[in-house]
Amino acid sequence: MSINKLYSEKVMDHFLHPRNMGELPNADGVATVGNPVCGDVMKVYIKVGKKGEEEYIEDVKFQTLGCGAAIATSSIATEMIKGKKLSEAVEITNQAIAEALGGLPPAKMHCSVLAAEAVKKAIENYKKQARQKS
Amino acid sequence: MKRIYLDWAATTPVFPEVVEEMARFWRVDFGNASSLHRWGREARKAIEEARERVAGILNCQPEEVYFTGTTTTSDNLAILGVARAAEREGKTGLVTSQIEHHAVLDTFKQLENNGFEVNYLRVDKEGVVDVKELEEKVDLNTVLVSVMYANNEVGTIQPIEEIGRLLKKKQEEFGNRIFFHTDAAAVAEYLSLDVQKLGVDLMSLGAHKFGGPKGVGILFVRKGVRILPITFGGHHGGGLWPGTEAVPLIVGMAKALELAQSRTKETGVKVKRLRDKLIEGVLKRVPDCYLTGHPSQRLPDIASFVFKGVEGEAILLRLDDEGIAASSGSACTSGDLRPSHVLLAMGIPEEEAHGSIRFSLGRETSEEEIDLVVEVLPKVIDDLRRMAPKI
Repeated sequence: MSINKLYSEKVMDHFLHPRNMGELPNADGVATVGNPVCGDVMKVYIKVGKKGEEEYIEDVKFQTLGCGAAIATSSIATEMIKGKKLSEAVEITNQAIAEALGGLPPAKMHCSVLAAEAVKKAIENYKKQARQKS
Repeated sequence: MKRIYLDWAATTPVFPEVVEEMARFWRVDFGNASSLHRWGREARKAIEEARERVAGILNCQPEEVYFTGTTTTSDNLAILGVARAAEREGKTGLVTSQIEHHAVLDTFKQLENNGFEVNYLRVDKEGVVDVKELEEKVDLNTVLVSVMYANNEVGTIQPIEEIGRLLKKKQEEFGNRIFFHTDAAAVAEYLSLDVQKLGVDLMSLGAHKFGGPKGVGILFVRKGVRILPITFGGHHGGGLWPGTEAVPLIVGMAKALELAQSRTKETGVKVKRLRDKLIEGVLKRVPDCYLTGHPSQRLPDIASFVFKGVEGEAILLRLDDEGIAASSGSACTSGDLRPSHVLLAMGIPEEEAHGSIRFSLGRETSEEEIDLVVEVLPKVIDDLRRMAPKI
């Protein structure tokens, strides 16, 4: 294994000290992606606030079963979207997540895909619920 | 922070006596063993002495001992070399097990792509190869059977002598040779390497697993085994493994093998006591986990577990942060997305196999270290489980 296949310091930092970890009671949107057979499951909770007409991510939490990269990507993804407008948060990409971590080993890129998907699906889940209410 | 190394099955520290034995071959007796002059003769003498020492331990002739690069190269040479010789006689039947090291499995996969028929034997839930299935699969076309001496991930010891006897019987029945190879990389500090007792025709070893240096291995090839070289470039190593001989490494390996094999009993007793303490402590203090491999027919150094609802690499990294080195058969450490082929072959479901951790102890492991692991591990597992969503 060459050195660039190992984890960056940033990955290790987020893995050992995950941000926004836990459950969010009364979340406005929730999504679970991945499955235990593949070894990774991520669950993202969001609380949506309003500034004038603009909706934004007021709070976000995650829970993850998975490897170092799975935990680190979910942690940094929550950090990246917290306080962001919903319209911006939904645009998060797996490349942006991987870059924010100082890169990921190629075999671990799928973790960043999962993290981006979890964020998007949590927002979708919120929007669906909002539509049903109105 | 105290650092605790419990990954002896990955590699071991070199015996101090081995470092000493190797010393003069770097700058004083540095000659090429193929040269005719004094320097060359000194190197040749050292290698031939090492070969005799190794042969003494394996209970074979010195001419049956070949020095190679690593266990992986020994495995490749044994399997490819025998297969190529067999091909000339029109034979293509090969048998191995599903739980071999990748050095063996990947080599057989190569041969399979080149038209050989390979049977991969099943194992039971404790990781023991099915000898009955072997008996059914061996036929007139079979030329090579390769089964590891003990599994490196879960520690299960395979019935090598029984397989040896079975193959002998089959050979008499068929009236032709079936060569028997074993990868013995995991066992040298604990089990007998007597090739006559084991009934093997080829056996692979790697020095760094038993207190020798990295980068040198042994292949035992019984006289009469039909084998061709797979690399070319001269007559070194009896023409079977050409290339300038690594004199210091070979000398160091012979010394390490002597030390390891002269202490198997005491090392085994010491390591097993601590290993059992670790197993007992972990099973008692961590909920939802179990030991993998055979309960008694296992190497004394290996304790491998599955922790449900956690991922192995995450456990490994958290333990590393606590100063503890272990290893994992999780997909995440293997580079592909499937967990350990060994655990899957044993019937462990994928979602559980992702949560595997192997601790391997060694001659220098202390009781204090085991106590610390038993204390730290439950907290690590609990932390990670609390991070996971309820499914």
